[in-house]
Amino acid sequence: MDEKIIMLGNDAIARGAFEAGVKVSSAYPGTPSTEISEILAKYEEVYTEWAPNEKVAVEVAAGASISGVRSLACMKHVGLNVASDPVYTLSYTGVNGGMVIVVADDPGLASSQNEQDTRMIARSAHLPVLEPSDSQEAKEFIKFAYEISEKYDTPVILRTTTKLSHSQSIVELNDRVVPEDKVYERSVPKYVMMPASAIARHKVVEAREDKLAVDSCNFFVNKIEDGDKKIGFITSGVAYQYVKEVMPTASVLKLGMVNPLPKKLIEDFISSVETVYVFEELEPVIEEQVRSWGLNVKGKECFTKQGEYSANLLKKVLFGADDVVFEKEETPNRPPILCPGCPHRSVFSVLNKLKIHAAGDIGCYTLGAVAPLNVIDTTICMGASISALHGIEKAKGKEFIKNWVAVIGDSTFLHTGVNSLINMVYNKSTATVLILDNRTTGMTGHQEHAATGKTLKGEDTFAIDLAVLCKSVGVKNVIEVNAFDIANLEKTIKQSVNGDELTVIIAKAPCALLKGQKFPNKCVPVAEKCVQCGMCLKIGCPALTKTPNGIKIDETMCNGCGLCMSYCKFGAIEKVGR
Amino acid sequence: MNIMVVGVGGQGTLLTSRIIGKTALQAGFDVKLSEVHGMAQRGGSVVTFVRFGEKVYEPVVEEGNVDVLISFERLEAKRYAHFLKKDGVLIVNDCRIDPMTVVIGAKTYPENIIEALSKDHTVYKIDGGAIAKELGNSKVLNSVVLGLAAKHIGFSEEQWIEVLQKTVPQKTIEINTLAFKAGYEK
Repeated sequence: MDEKIIMLGNDAIARGAFEAGVKVSSAYPGTPSTEISEILAKYEEVYTEWAPNEKVAVEVAAGASISGVRSLACMKHVGLNVASDPVYTLSYTGVNGGMVIVVADDPGLASSQNEQDTRMIARSAHLPVLEPSDSQEAKEFIKFAYEISEKYDTPVILRTTTKLSHSQSIVELNDRVVPEDKVYERSVPKYVMMPASAIARHKVVEAREDKLAVDSCNFFVNKIEDGDKKIGFITSGVAYQYVKEVMPTASVLKLGMVNPLPKKLIEDFISSVETVYVFEELEPVIEEQVRSWGLNVKGKECFTKQGEYSANLLKKVLFGADDVVFEKEETPNRPPILCPGCPHRSVFSVLNKLKIHAAGDIGCYTLGAVAPLNVIDTTICMGASISALHGIEKAKGKEFIKNWVAVIGDSTFLHTGVNSLINMVYNKSTATVLILDNRTTGMTGHQEHAATGKTLKGEDTFAIDLAVLCKSVGVKNVIEVNAFDIANLEKTIKQSVNGDELTVIIAKAPCALLKGQKFPNKCVPVAEKCVQCGMCLKIGCPALTKTPNGIKIDETMCNGCGLCMSYCKFGAIEKVGR
Repeated sequence: MNIMVVGVGGQGTLLTSRIIGKTALQAGFDVKLSEVHGMAQRGGSVVTFVRFGEKVYEPVVEEGNVDVLISFERLEAKRYAHFLKKDGVLIVNDCRIDPMTVVIGAKTYPENIIEALSKDHTVYKIDGGAIAKELGNSKVLNSVVLGLAAKHIGFSEEQWIEVLQKTVPQKTIEINTLAFKAGYEK
């Protein structure tokens, strides 16, 4: 098989895992890593699943590896924080079957809450990191990652970034080759990390990293491209492409393995070139290590630690000018918004009306922070809404949170929110928690989760009942409401925030973009009744616009949810069949 | 050749750039595509790039380097016009979608965008929505716009249509082909 096709970086990672003979994969969705698992799930030969969170995913992959097969866990950069507990210790145990953890960083913050650099965590966990620079390399590098994993007895991190994950380039396909399963043998010193074992394994970890730093000088993923001896670049990942774009004749040391660094290869390269730049996105991980060896390079004094790099950025530093010919004009920005028919908008319109603050979480509903809804006060990380609100109550007392709620999505609640709810029950909270149950993981593009009744492979499974779950951990007041029933929502929220007992309100209505959703109705303005008060515009629905002749509702965008109608006191909006 | 396709989430920007990429691959070029995912699908501004040539390194096209800019919406054309080369071509679908900043009255939608852009740039406009609606499905507007852009990108009409027919959903092959031809013949 040598078919050539254009492939998304994430698609190529999935293909590489397939070709490498991976048997078990576990992941939690997160932009820009989500497609890897969705694509891998299409290969019948590979067991793939959505786990409730990244810690669970890594532990599942670890179990599979220890039992003797090749395994995979995928996540976005902040997911690695959640998974870091098993990750640090798996560095000690090592593997049996090869194990790879794909982590997708998001320089430029296309869809994340921070810009952390996975290489920093990998360094402190002493794990090798491979970093491809296009789709073909993504496929080849993950296969190589399994070889290293088994040869050096270590989990390997494959680091991708948004630009690599979400760009497409040409890939040559190969067949799947499944290595023979490794035999499982009980080994307390290797797999039971109690102090006596871990003390011994720590030595193994250090020795392994030292050996990799030497051996990697000869790995095919690290290569010197000889060129002009006056100027050279040490670079990796997508940043390599920018170097080649701008300086096709320069000398380049392209690092495919960015931890540990191939010390001798780097020393040789630097001694052969007059001026060497380290061109790496985010943290100066390579630069600081190279400097610590007493070598002189240019780096972050020229290039930013923030955002994505580009060819123009490099041109500006090297030549003092970029390619821009036309000036950028001021234009009204077009921020992402909640979709027409989104149930979150309905809940937020009520919170806005009641002037309630919301401790927020990670999901589409973060968009409730901006105008015109303006209800989200905090967004920290997955699950933090519930625990942060608890902290506010313990700091300022129960009266202070009479106009506060926590809002969290169904998938996020199952990810880590449930732990925080247990803490509220245990430590006598009087707060109100709103679970926005839209029956899917919305933000990342509709992934199944433990309460949807379907697996990643599309099979039917048990659907966890969120109300029963909340009751079972000890929440006495659990109230389920239709997210579009604003009168009932208003009454329930008012009652709950003013009460003295912990309450969970589950606002239920499926995501408007969910497959199979039917929209038999649409909303239409009744011009003669409209007094142009603008109340309907306050809900921030993109289907509505104000014109000199009154309100216009775009019929292709409108999903007929009727929220605008509920807020019109003059009967100037009607719901009609399509 | 550097192509940039911009629009509003849900307008078919991604599909359009994929057809361009596949056509270039079929013609024997090295190709790279880049897309913005994540929050963009929530009605935000969507940007994709297609580059093809003997050898392509960078997966994106930067300011000052775009040969053909395809915009599915007027305001988006204005927002990204500075990506064009001095002699670049702008293809704009004559349609207005108000961003939330305009809907809530915080900003105003600029008037006469196309006329203003025509002063500095070579602009071809088309009302893809109207043509698509006439054909019987307003959703194929992206094929209309692609048809017009195709003439400025290169390749033969047959090459384009072959890839288009392999890429769009089975049920819509006929109407998408008609839509492409309508744009191509403009």
